[in-house]
Amino acid sequence: MHDMHAPAVHHHAPPQGFIRKHIFSLDHKVIGEQYYGLALLAVVIGMVLSWVMRLHLAWPAMSIPGMQLLSKNGAPGGILTPEYYLQLMTMHGTIMVFFVLTTAPFAGFGNYFLPIQVGAEDMPFPRFNMMSFWVTFVSFLVAVAAFFVPDGPPLAGWTSYAPLSALGAVAGPGEGLGQVLWAASIAIFCVGQLLGSLNFISTALDMRCKGMSLMRLPLTVWAWFITAVMGLTAFAVLMPACILLILDHVAGTSFFVPSNLVVNDQLQPHSGGSALLWQHLFWFFGHPEVYIAIVPGMGVVSHVLIANMRRPMLSHRVLIYCMLALAALSYMVYGHHMFVSGMNPFSSLAFSFPTLVITIPSTVIVLIWIGSLYGAKLRINSASLFALGFISMFVSGGVSGFFLAQPSLDILLHATYFVVGHFHLVMAVAAIFGIFSGTYFWFPKVTGRMMSEPLGKIHFWLTFVGAYCIFMPFHYLGLAGNVRRYQAFVDDFMQPLIPVHKFVTVAALVTGAAQLIFLYNLFYSRFKGEKASANPWEATSLEWTIPSPPPWNNFGGKHPVVYHDPYQYGVEASSGDYVMQDSPEQIQSVHDEK
Amino acid sequence: MATTLHEPPQAAGEKVPELGHGNGGGGRHLTPGNGDLCALADHSSVASRTGIWVGLAAITMSFAAFTSALVVRQGSAMDWRHFALPPVLYLNTAVLIGSSIALEIARRRVAAFARGQKKDRAIPLAWLYLTLGLGVTFVAGQYVAWLQLKSQGLYLATNPSSSFFYVLTAMHALHVLGGLCGLALAISRLSQRVPSLRRSTLDTVSYYWHFMDVLWLYLLMLLWTKF
Amino acid sequence: MAKVFAVTVILIAIASAIPILLHTWGPPVDISTHGPLIDEQMSETMAEAGISFLVAQIILGILVWKFARREGPVKNFPGGARGLVAAAVVLVGIEVLALGAFGTKAWASIYFTAPSPNATRIQAQAGQFAFYFRYPGPDGKFGPIHPDLVNEGTQNFFGIDVDHDPDAKDDIVTAEMGVPVNKEVHLLMHAKDVNHSFFVRELRIQQDFVPGLDLSIHFTATKTGRYEIVCTQLCGLGHYNMKAYLKVMSQSDYDDWLKQQASQQ
Repeated sequence: MHDMHAPAVHHHAPPQGFIRKHIFSLDHKVIGEQYYGLALLAVVIGMVLSWVMRLHLAWPAMSIPGMQLLSKNGAPGGILTPEYYLQLMTMHGTIMVFFVLTTAPFAGFGNYFLPIQVGAEDMPFPRFNMMSFWVTFVSFLVAVAAFFVPDGPPLAGWTSYAPLSALGAVAGPGEGLGQVLWAASIAIFCVGQLLGSLNFISTALDMRCKGMSLMRLPLTVWAWFITAVMGLTAFAVLMPACILLILDHVAGTSFFVPSNLVVNDQLQPHSGGSALLWQHLFWFFGHPEVYIAIVPGMGVVSHVLIANMRRPMLSHRVLIYCMLALAALSYMVYGHHMFVSGMNPFSSLAFSFPTLVITIPSTVIVLIWIGSLYGAKLRINSASLFALGFISMFVSGGVSGFFLAQPSLDILLHATYFVVGHFHLVMAVAAIFGIFSGTYFWFPKVTGRMMSEPLGKIHFWLTFVGAYCIFMPFHYLGLAGNVRRYQAFVDDFMQPLIPVHKFVTVAALVTGAAQLIFLYNLFYSRFKGEKASANPWEATSLEWTIPSPPPWNNFGGKHPVVYHDPYQYGVEASSGDYVMQDSPEQIQSVHDEK
Repeated sequence: MATTLHEPPQAAGEKVPELGHGNGGGGRHLTPGNGDLCALADHSSVASRTGIWVGLAAITMSFAAFTSALVVRQGSAMDWRHFALPPVLYLNTAVLIGSSIALEIARRRVAAFARGQKKDRAIPLAWLYLTLGLGVTFVAGQYVAWLQLKSQGLYLATNPSSSFFYVLTAMHALHVLGGLCGLALAISRLSQRVPSLRRSTLDTVSYYWHFMDVLWLYLLMLLWTKF
Repeated sequence: MAKVFAVTVILIAIASAIPILLHTWGPPVDISTHGPLIDEQMSETMAEAGISFLVAQIILGILVWKFARREGPVKNFPGGARGLVAAAVVLVGIEVLALGAFGTKAWASIYFTAPSPNATRIQAQAGQFAFYFRYPGPDGKFGPIHPDLVNEGTQNFFGIDVDHDPDAKDDIVTAEMGVPVNKEVHLLMHAKDVNHSFFVRELRIQQDFVPGLDLSIHFTATKTGRYEIVCTQLCGLGHYNMKAYLKVMSQSDYDDWLKQQASQQ
């Protein structure tokens, strides 16, 4: 008879051979690292694209070195054509949202740490998990391929509104093969996400070790679980939308293209389709997607802060309930991207109310974080600095949401830099800060070495101040009416705003350069960093009970048993002011979840 | 708050997931009946069940998206042309339902075999092959439906109604093909000299297959009311 | 380092607020009848968002300053989580819902009122990459649009058939949008090819053109002058350059302008 207390697991033998160990690995840890590596590659590409965009916006006639090599037609002599700016912008958004923000915080950290934090040896479907990474990688290749087809990548933005994105090459450069490759890449990406979500949900629900009740799961696990459920439902809607878009391109259907359209004096052959249908399908996915990008960061920030505050959050349960509320509400608000889209104005008001209501759980989360700082014994290091920075950035990005949630104000702010400022603060900065915080925190566990603290702090300061210099001015530009997705500012009222753009460009280049410090730290420390113990942060959750780096089967073939919730800090125990989750030691505690 | 002292959690009162037993109704825990069998009992059944429900939820969302696209498209212009559904669809429906019945019979036979009540695995295998065959017939029948539609001059881009017909039936058929792969896997594992078919694998394949039935009935109703 | 963080966060917060308080950059003066409601909404929201922003960042800074590297036991925030949840729900919840409730007035004044029957009817067409406008002329009727007759070369932007459609004979097509001051305008919006948008900051109007949908908005301009209409919905490579001018004129100037445009058809 098998061991009745053992969690369900495929007891596989240790992997043999280079390919099985490092390429087609079934080990969730390797898969997590592969996702993180993919996100790293993607963020470098995405960031370089942003530098090119910023240079062009500040100096439209500038010859940007190397661009003519990427596209002879798109950047003759290195000067971007108007269409090429839009094409680069489209790929910037696509690569960042899909291959960085959906990948690193969720698939990267989650794959690595979710099984360990629940006390499992691996995820229940390792083959699906491996497939999920390689499918995502293929999706990335297909997206990048769009750069190299004759007319280049699509120019319709990462939101790809129809009929611009559905009419084909006649609508603009890149709208032929480039757009089809984009849609195919995203459809493939959806499949990868679904395979990943499958594993995350099953692991969180069914692979928990003895004693690991739902309320004893670390906040990171809750965050990844909630994100996986959102991903499952959101990506399952995006895929059909992309399939229908591809059909409009290659099969002559008219899902999204209405009748009587005239382009270049030619009447287009489509008829009867609905342009708004694309927007509804896309944003039904698109809004949960941005919560998919931020919720893992909320989990990481909570987890990192707790360890560095040496006390649990004021209320563990309230944070969980708020993340659940955010996820549930995220399906009801998507129309706030469509207030002036031509949708029924009553619908705009209807969507506005849940959008305003969603402020409440977001605020509670921030207040719990800030309230937990009161009376804490805060340790300052790179990980905790980025976590604190996340709070600041999330507040900044969040309050601009007060404006954008109201249709009447959206009249002035829609499609301006105000929106660009809002989503960059919450996604490009806060979510990325979550990734940085998690990296500095978990690097010792993954590699067995410490990252350089001095370099980490320099990285933090330059990035924190730099990010504010880049994105705070966007709000002012937006209030002044600076329209977004313009490759140059030729309108009268935008001329006085151009100096602001120049300032932002300089800030962007400096902040971008500062990321080299992080990259250097990451790679140098990997090989030469100071050796790390199993628990350098004196933290309590299960990942800190195993060696750094962990063995291939996480717990060395043993099945952990947990006796406490994961955040028993600020107690008097034999090891100090904390108790490991798997320690049977009985302690006096203010609150210990059962 | 009062201090809480901790005992190591008790197996009895605690609601911790005691995985490995209690897989949805005791007694269905398959153990080797005689030396010929590899453990048809397996530990991973709970996770597999979660996994399949999660997968079915995703598929449901996708078809919900297609449905809403259909509803919106139908309402957005006056060009929706109704047509008679190819009659072979009804035959295909019967074939698919038949395959589900065959699969259920196969499952019971496999269970009896695993409990050692029956020595001969040829019968459960036969029922599984029948399921597979009926599934293949269904897909072929759907192709015939396409041919019937083409003979009426209705192609993918002819009309929004025909577009959705092809898209919905194609997406469903693609998922059925996936189910066929699962069935083939179950058959091959049961056919091995020492069978390695796990209870959870067969359960997963079965839930998926039955869901394909339910999904098809839903799509048929959608086609029937809207087309 | 905690103190540096605290000071930095507070300085950044104050520095961010300064351009707002000084009104360095902001929307231009409003020239519409519905604008004041929007502007009032904007001020209210700015005040509430601004205060929330400053308070949150300052408290974050203060707490980091105070509670870093501390000796002594861990303390609980007075009131605990319950107090904070109550504060969030009551303060923020009521605040944002009030904003939303009052904001419906501004929205309703634009979208839930019917255009007046005496409104000046103008049809705007957005197409890659220009706006054109059509006036119905003395007969008050627009001739039908024939997409197959659209011809940029002959400047038949709307595809009207002057020879066969009597209503089209007196239609006036212009490249700039002239409107009489203090008189309601009913703008019919037609998209030629892809999504575009009509944005005039001073008018406090932004509305997408959607291919296949007959959308319209109505407004009244209250100050004469020349204002920019810009496209704000990504429509292709010329999106950045797609604009037209709105000329708000006195009634007599408008009549002269219209006559002049008619003579150039």
